[in-house]
Amino acid sequence: MKLTLKVWRQKNSQDKGGFENYFLDNVDADASFLEMFDVLNDKLINEGKDPVAFDHDCREGICGTCSMYINGRAHGPRQATTTCQLHMRFFNDGDTIVVEPWRAKSFPVIKDLVVDRSAFDRIIAAGGYVSVNTGQAPEANSIPVEKDKSDIAFESAACIACGACVAACKNSSAMLFVAAKVSHLALLPQGDVEHSGRVLDMVVQMEREGFGGCTNTNACEAECPKEISVTNIARLNREYMKASLSYSKP
Amino acid sequence: MALQSKVPPGALDQKWTQYRSTIKLVSPANKRKLEVIVIGTGLAGASAAASLAELGYKVKAFCFQDSPRRAHSIAAQGGINAAKNYRNDGDSIYRLFYDTIKGGDYRSREENVYRLAEVSVNIIDQCVAQGVPFAREYGGLLDNRSFGGVQVSRTFYARGQTGQQLLIGAYQALERQIGLGNIKMYSRHEMLDVVISDGNANGIIARDLITGEIQRHGAHAVVLATGGYGNVFFLSTNAMGCNVTAIWKAYKKGAFFGNPCFTQIHPTCLPVHGEYQSKLTLMSESLRNDGRVWVSKTKGDKRKASEIPEGERDYYLERKYPSFGNLVPRDIASRAAKEVCDEGRGAGPTGLAVYLDFEDAIKRLGQNVVSARYGNLFEMYEKITGDDPYKTPMMIYPAVHYTMGGLWVDYNLMTTVPGLYAIGECNFSDHGANRLGASALMQGLADGYFVLPYTIGEYLSGEILSGNVNTNSMEFIEAEENVRSRIKKLLNNKGGKTVDYFHRMLGKVMWDDCGMARSRESLLRAEGEVKKIEQEFWENVKVPGKENEFNQELEKAGRVADFIELGALMIQDALHREESCGGHFRLEYQTPEGEALRNDDQFMYVAAWEYAGNGNAQMHKEELNYETVHPTQRSYK
Ligand SMILES: Cc1cc2nc3c(=O)[nH]c(=O)nc-3n(C[C@H](O)[C@H](O)[C@H](O)COP(=O)(O)OP(=O)(O)OC[C@H]3O[C@@H](n4cnc5c(N)ncnc54)[C@H](O)[C@@H]3O)c2cc1C
Ligand code: SF4
Ligand code: FES
Repeated sequence: MKLTLKVWRQKNSQDKGGFENYFLDNVDADASFLEMFDVLNDKLINEGKDPVAFDHDCREGICGTCSMYINGRAHGPRQATTTCQLHMRFFNDGDTIVVEPWRAKSFPVIKDLVVDRSAFDRIIAAGGYVSVNTGQAPEANSIPVEKDKSDIAFESAACIACGACVAACKNSSAMLFVAAKVSHLALLPQGDVEHSGRVLDMVVQMEREGFGGCTNTNACEAECPKEISVTNIARLNREYMKASLSYSKP
Repeated sequence: MALQSKVPPGALDQKWTQYRSTIKLVSPANKRKLEVIVIGTGLAGASAAASLAELGYKVKAFCFQDSPRRAHSIAAQGGINAAKNYRNDGDSIYRLFYDTIKGGDYRSREENVYRLAEVSVNIIDQCVAQGVPFAREYGGLLDNRSFGGVQVSRTFYARGQTGQQLLIGAYQALERQIGLGNIKMYSRHEMLDVVISDGNANGIIARDLITGEIQRHGAHAVVLATGGYGNVFFLSTNAMGCNVTAIWKAYKKGAFFGNPCFTQIHPTCLPVHGEYQSKLTLMSESLRNDGRVWVSKTKGDKRKASEIPEGERDYYLERKYPSFGNLVPRDIASRAAKEVCDEGRGAGPTGLAVYLDFEDAIKRLGQNVVSARYGNLFEMYEKITGDDPYKTPMMIYPAVHYTMGGLWVDYNLMTTVPGLYAIGECNFSDHGANRLGASALMQGLADGYFVLPYTIGEYLSGEILSGNVNTNSMEFIEAEENVRSRIKKLLNNKGGKTVDYFHRMLGKVMWDDCGMARSRESLLRAEGEVKKIEQEFWENVKVPGKENEFNQELEKAGRVADFIELGALMIQDALHREESCGGHFRLEYQTPEGEALRNDDQFMYVAAWEYAGNGNAQMHKEELNYETVHPTQRSYK
């Protein structure tokens, strides 16, 4: 296939940045979006130009690294698909494809399509865990977990922290990400004793990081590659309400 | 230098407990004064860093990804073994130990493997307590399944995302310690050298991948948890960033490299189909629990799978290995697939594929059950290939997956350099010549949660008086200089070929001549080819950009340069090992039925290579003594 790529180029966080056009012929329909980018970069380097910086690692849809905005959508046009799992057969010969980095105040651009998502790590560090030191765990089967609950917890735990929800949201809210983590841990008996402190700490950190609030537009759910449900946000709100009414930090 | 495995005395099943109770301790007040650097935040590194910080040590952790949660461990699909015997099917620590030793084709250290089986039980407890959502039965208890190469159900899993869920557990433990101020995390930092003073490892040189700044970091001990080097083959199931750099630099500073040629080829991956292809995707081997593997009985059969009638299909694994059938270990299944494809009976347009068919399973269990078990894998397959595995069988082929070789370590997981440790996939220990399914996750977490945090105390107890590390010493200055000059050399090389070009070329040589089957002839050829590639690389590589900026090509260039040197060592190791065992299949050494033929009389040892300057390596042997399990011909018939 022949393609025109309009790619956001930005040298570093200070640079203003802008779009550049590139033309590719001979793109294989079976190649993934990132493999198409490999081909582009090969070409750019051979022409003596700076290759496009983009984040990627597993190329299997699980590490959550390959963040980019494609034709105005996080991870591109396919439902429930990360960029590395997006294949060129979903585009047409002759298409123009616009590629941009995540745009959110809390995700500063590092270079081209690469952004800094470490705010997510700081939210987890603020409370997104179960406090159990190594070697203190009871026998695994000593606390049975209802299968249905465990399944829902699993679905929330499937979040890959890619940041698409933030990028898709007009408020740049991180609610879906935080809600997924809070739900995962709040649904399991293992995490239960900490559930009030956890939700308060994580929400405080989320606000400190500058993410916007949620106005229930559900764009996050629509663009989430792991189909994390907005019902998690409802659960987060409930957990937060309960905790702020009944809990004060010791 | 004689290799000392430091295996403690006593009965096999008592060694670890006794040793652990007598090992030297560091008092809490002293732990605060001791600093440990952990490179890597996969299962091994994240669990180690978190556990060390919980104990009270000051920890600095490094990874090259933007977040520690994205380490390659995240990609593991199938599961993690543990000898819990929850299924009451006769499992035990001894049986897990035995299966692992046999699976490794009698090239692993008995005492390490026994300890691994022993602590496997605690791993599951730890992960469940952290909130890892393993699969559950309706009664609320944990579910298990059986997994490649074993006949009991001892594998714990979280759908097809076991690695992700386990890593998130370890990552959360790590983040908790970061939040508490006990760990300083350096994401997007790459370690480019280890620093050794007075014979002891006491720091590293790292590059901040965003600014390009070269940094010196001192510590009382350095732990490498940097994963496997399968990407030496370019195409593999590994994440794109996996590399050998950290352990290669350690090797060049005196840490021995154990069994570099032992590479695991995984039988159920998506086949190669195009020039642009950058990686091979693994389809979890749990699929082999219900999927049946076959090819056509006739050579050159170009019909679609659905047009080949039952009677003309060859279910070759079931035919050749009736007692294990589709569940034979990976090396056996991989080789069998290669064999039928070499005979000209391979499926698909390239002929380099076999079918993995769920038709019978869907008939027997119903689509719902099949979809509950493997749904996400089926979706993944469909996304990549555009084919629906509910309707037509998957096409799979073996691909490079895991490296059993790595830095040589003793029972304490310490390398031959005092104060330098290697854990997880980057060490050589535990798996021997082959790795059974679901045992790498187990080893990574065993090392990080339950072994290293104890054994490192033995060394650190001797470091209490050494005070802060001086990062202005000659050794640090020199190491930093070397790193800088190499970066300059790469950037100033005004060649005409991209880094990927060389990586692909290296990968092809390694796969063709040092891959699923090797011979003296092919290895000698590869030796020559790799030399040529190395020479051309340094004459003709082109690395754009500058050193003091975010420069992904520069990162890759350094890694590929190290891969080229490693390739030569892998070939040398494969050449000297004149036997077949596990993933190392030398064409000259096979039984009349085409199975691997070990030569225990001559090769029952670990080959530990010492860097001897100028690309040379000298071999040392660690003889392996099988006191408990008696080596037999490995049969899965
Ligand atoms: C697709 C796939 C599926 C798998 N499925 C299973 C399974 O079902 N069961 C099983 O038991 N095993 C499985 N494995 C194997 C298993 O996942 C790995 O062996 C294991 O996760 C390795 O863990 P690790 O902690 O040693 O290294 P990794 O998880 O690879 O972590 C390496 C870390 O080191 C860091 N690093 C590396 N070099 C440097 C450097 N120079 N400077 C700074 N940081 C560095 C990286 O950033 C990363 O954090 C699978 C592997 C693959 C590829
Ligand atoms: S909730 Fe979905 S979109 Fe948001 S970070 Fe997690 S996986 Fe990505
Ligand atoms: S590269 Fe890992 S999810 Fe896309």
